[in-house]
Amino acid sequence: MNELTDTRNISIKDKKRAGYLLPGALAFALALCLPIFTLVVMSAQGNLQSFLHIATTVMPSSGMTTILLMAGVGLFVATVGTVCAWFTTYFEFPLRKILQWSLVLPLAVPTYISAYTFVEFFSYTGPLQEFVRLLGGFTSSREYWFPEIRSLGGTVFVLGFVLYPYVYLSVRALFLLQGSNIPDSARVLGSSGPRLFFSITLPLARPAIALGVTLALMETINDIGAVEYLGTHTLTFSVFSVWLNQNDLAGAAQLAIFLLFIVAFLIFAEHVFRGSRRFHELRGSSQKTVVRKQLSGKQAVLVTGLLCLPVIAGFGIPMAILSGFALGDIALIFSPAITEAFVTTCLLGLAAAFLSVMGGFLLSYALRVNPTPGAKFMVRLATTGYAIPGTLVALGVFIPLAAFDNSLDAVLREYAGISSGLLITGSGAALIFAYIVRFMAMAEGNLENGFSKISPNLDMAARNLGRNDWQVFRTILLPLMRPAIAGASLLVFVDVVKELSATILLRPFGMNTLATHVYDYASQGRVEDGALACVLIILVGVLPVVFLVQNRN
Amino acid sequence: MKIHKALAGAFLATATALTASAAYADGTVNIYSYRQPDLIAPLLDEFTKQTGIETNVQFLKKGMIEKLKAEGANSPADVILTVDIGRLSGIANEGLTAKVDNETINANIPENFRDSDGDWFGLTTRGRVVYASKERVEQDSITYEELADPKWKGKICTRSGQHAYNVALIASMIANKGSEFTEKWLAGVKENLARKPDGNDRAQAKGIFSGECDLGIGNTYYVGLMQNNEKDPEQKEWAKSMKVLFPNSGDRGTHVNLSGMALAKHSPNREQAIKLMEFLSSGQAQEIYAEKVYEYPIKPGTKPSDTVAGFGEIKADSLSLEKISELRKEASQLVDKVGYDDGPSS
Repeated sequence: MNELTDTRNISIKDKKRAGYLLPGALAFALALCLPIFTLVVMSAQGNLQSFLHIATTVMPSSGMTTILLMAGVGLFVATVGTVCAWFTTYFEFPLRKILQWSLVLPLAVPTYISAYTFVEFFSYTGPLQEFVRLLGGFTSSREYWFPEIRSLGGTVFVLGFVLYPYVYLSVRALFLLQGSNIPDSARVLGSSGPRLFFSITLPLARPAIALGVTLALMETINDIGAVEYLGTHTLTFSVFSVWLNQNDLAGAAQLAIFLLFIVAFLIFAEHVFRGSRRFHELRGSSQKTVVRKQLSGKQAVLVTGLLCLPVIAGFGIPMAILSGFALGDIALIFSPAITEAFVTTCLLGLAAAFLSVMGGFLLSYALRVNPTPGAKFMVRLATTGYAIPGTLVALGVFIPLAAFDNSLDAVLREYAGISSGLLITGSGAALIFAYIVRFMAMAEGNLENGFSKISPNLDMAARNLGRNDWQVFRTILLPLMRPAIAGASLLVFVDVVKELSATILLRPFGMNTLATHVYDYASQGRVEDGALACVLIILVGVLPVVFLVQNRN
Repeated sequence: MKIHKALAGAFLATATALTASAAYADGTVNIYSYRQPDLIAPLLDEFTKQTGIETNVQFLKKGMIEKLKAEGANSPADVILTVDIGRLSGIANEGLTAKVDNETINANIPENFRDSDGDWFGLTTRGRVVYASKERVEQDSITYEELADPKWKGKICTRSGQHAYNVALIASMIANKGSEFTEKWLAGVKENLARKPDGNDRAQAKGIFSGECDLGIGNTYYVGLMQNNEKDPEQKEWAKSMKVLFPNSGDRGTHVNLSGMALAKHSPNREQAIKLMEFLSSGQAQEIYAEKVYEYPIKPGTKPSDTVAGFGEIKADSLSLEKISELRKEASQLVDKVGYDDGPSS
């Protein structure tokens, strides 16, 4: 037996496997594109006059706002996330152990809550300005200048402080994976400090930064809660004003498709930015030892202070503002409304996380076995749901599924004399499907990332040694992928706990989650009455997040 | 072992969540509501107490029309409650409502506050008024037109021009004064803004309190909510710093919006639904409602709450509400056209 025949055998086997894996993945990917199809159909129903209005008055200004916001948030999260990951991985300083997990905490704060609390904190009646007035002896806002939080810049901060953990997580995982071999070698060769960071660390971290920034920007694009509250008129904001005030659903769908083009461009840019870099683990272990450089004196204090800042802003401010209100309501924590919402939220989160990870596995494994441009395109298309505003995902899922329900019901009534009613859309199934569509980017991205670190030689070798696909999956891939699976499920879980827009529209009658409970009050401007549920949302999200980071250590 | 347990748990959760189905039963009235559940809870409790009929509320703002349309004949919705005439007539125009011709309801609700065919009925009105700083604004009357007067440069605060309440106000201006006038007027108001439009109506009151603005545009009931906010008592201070001016009291009257109800076209529990609608139009329900949400009841002879009466007498613009809702699209496009939400140009 020479090597040549062996390789040929593998490739034939690969093709056979692709035989049943690919159609499955393709069918699943197509199902995830359901809302996009719906949007395309909707947008085709518009009239020219409305389209011209949108194209000339709405698109230029809100498109510009969206691009500026993305640029701001992108730069912010890339900088904060990378710097934090760098310090916590390669240096030793006071509070490092606490900071390395607490830097992820802001991820648990929904953007609409972050926006509300930032406004409370920075506005005229907030503690900060009260302090300024006390200091300067002012009595009215006309007597002094203070930056306005309800502005484009303010929105960058509000979103940036809750989204930077995406970059922090992915970059940190990459650093830990690399260990300190490369930086150590560089140091031995005389490179140090900033130069080491900019010429060695940063270029190496590029793919991870790109992944984190892409996720953060997709969330920025689809956000409605924060931008609405802060008066930042992005394209997503316009989608809603066109739809609801101008009764022009077709126009709204056209805008949403325009948004998708921006996303496509973003993904393309990420692809280019990431280049053809691949990092494979040759061994089975996913961890290398990192020797941390001890910082001391002023440096140590400075770094600790710097790294505390994002945690305080992204997590501390919201918690401080909300706990005040929530404590007053603490007795309500065992009220049926809250406990039911709590249980429902957890169940939905678990179910969506489980199914998303299964689906994500299917897609990313198909891509691993068959890394062709066509397969890549299919996977990217299936994960764009993350960038579509939640309400539109919900409508895009609901309209075709309800049509299916109604046809099924009509047929059954006609031929069997029974009624199935709204089989899918009347149950939790439609909602969970919408979650899967929306958060597939999270699941698939993490799993694909996980696969990329496992050398394909490992599964090939196992197969050569006579293991079948199932055995390879169970004995090789599943154990090696455990961190990626944990990461993917936890991120989906946290996102579902925070999700509001799709939940409101798709939940079965009488079902409440913590987020809809908050919305009941927040939509009347009475966030204070929903503060307890806000705090619970954050806490439910915090636990997995902490677990996630500890697990990776 | 651990993985197996986790998997089993995930399976269980998935099965539970997937099969979680609607909690409605026969004879229970299902309400699709633009109004927050806790605001209508006291009313519905009273209804259940009197009739023994249970209710279910689904709170939904964005997408209710699309949802009703997609659900079609299998829709569980019985009664629809809205807080804005645009949405109410929008639902009726889409053919999603059933006509109701009921003596009790017709007797309770005056003709100008209900659809002539019985597709929808008003329940309460709310005025879109001017909040003015007690300290810095001397005049005690005002007109909407005057808000474009350069004397207010840098002094007016409003929420987004694209908010349904402002869109309806602008639509009423188009109906009364024509498109051209309204465009100039809106551009004038825009130049008078103290800051880029944002926040909700309450944020404008807060702006008056902090000194950023002298005038704000807002609905009447927010003032009641602020005055009686025990949870966040600071809001009482915001309310104290301002007075309510009813615009155009001297001529056509103040623009009012309407909260209302309709019977869903495919209502599965029609009999019970109509009982609920009868109850909502009754004097007793109107007073509970008006007391809770600080709005003006519609049934002649019922009184607004003491808080609302304290704002002063309202003279409502008698413009047809259907007219306003027809002009909403044009109004919303005007907001885009003059770039209202970009704030003042200098």
